[in-house]
Amino acid sequence: MIAALLAVLLCQLAGETASRALALPLPGPVLGMLLMLAAFAALPRLAQVVRPLAQGILGNLALLFVPAGVGVIGHLDRLGAEGLPLLVALIGSTVLAIAVGALTFAAVARLTGAEPEDA
Amino acid sequence: MRDFTEIWSYLAQGPLLWLTATIAAYALGDAAFRASGRRPWVNPVLIAVALLGGLLWATATPYATYFEGAQFVHFLLGPATVVLALPLFDNLRHIRRSALPIVAALLAGSTTAVISALGIGWAMGLRGETLISLAPKSATAPVALGISESLGGSPTLTAVLVILTGIIGAVVATPLLNLLRLTDWRARGFAVGVAAHGIGTARAFQVHPVAGAFAGLGMGLNAVLTAFLAPALLRLFQ
Repeated sequence: MIAALLAVLLCQLAGETASRALALPLPGPVLGMLLMLAAFAALPRLAQVVRPLAQGILGNLALLFVPAGVGVIGHLDRLGAEGLPLLVALIGSTVLAIAVGALTFAAVARLTGAEPEDA
Repeated sequence: MRDFTEIWSYLAQGPLLWLTATIAAYALGDAAFRASGRRPWVNPVLIAVALLGGLLWATATPYATYFEGAQFVHFLLGPATVVLALPLFDNLRHIRRSALPIVAALLAGSTTAVISALGIGWAMGLRGETLISLAPKSATAPVALGISESLGGSPTLTAVLVILTGIIGAVVATPLLNLLRLTDWRARGFAVGVAAHGIGTARAFQVHPVAGAFAGLGMGLNAVLTAFLAPALLRLFQ
């Protein structure tokens, strides 16, 4: 547990440091994720050490968005005036992006022969 | 026994009360989600946000006071992004086989997300700070906030739009993708991760592990691409 926590926090810390030091557009935690992936590839045993912690966090991933979501109360007046256009834009663009992304993936997979193994 | 208002004023200032309230509200939302038979529109995040928002409003508690407690949960977004490396590692074989579809779907999904949000918002009269805040809404929260700030938007408004996007994505993904008759878990998961970041990824993990891994990958890649795309595409609407 402690080893897993340390590995994860070290990757995040290294990611944050590199992101700022090199002024990368990549955010620190995303860079940390890539570092963690490289560490797993170099040392597969580490993946088993981190697994219980990772499953605990990822199993409750949605909880972590609640604090930022509650920030909606600070924008109720703006959402009252511009709420409808914002909502239409969010729904329209999310539906379009999911549909276009998924259809593109499936079409290119078919064209390049990268079909799923289990479907 | 001491006066209740005295105890309240003590608790309301510390982190314990609002940390507990955050977990409790999410537990209620999650219980409702399970009781509904895991229907996507009974979204635990949406329920928790509504409960907590109502509670803060009823007790006249400022968001800053609430966040003192909730920040411990909020902080875990960083480590959660890092541990997404595990499902990626587990699915490296699938990912290597799908490099071309991944690149194509990333470019198509990410561009569609930014352009359609700006286009619809602009057509419906949104301008200035609100429109800027809308541009990075499909990227994961910490990235979207940074982009919004650097372009002259409102980071807190962006945070709200990011959360709403995630909830919308989590709700519409399954019915929409069934309607499109897509059965490839890689395509389904990846598109949801690109369009609806971590909340979409959380939903994808509930549906299928391969979808979850590809959603996590889509979220990570889109975070990078949006940082480049949002400023360029925003210029078309200014």
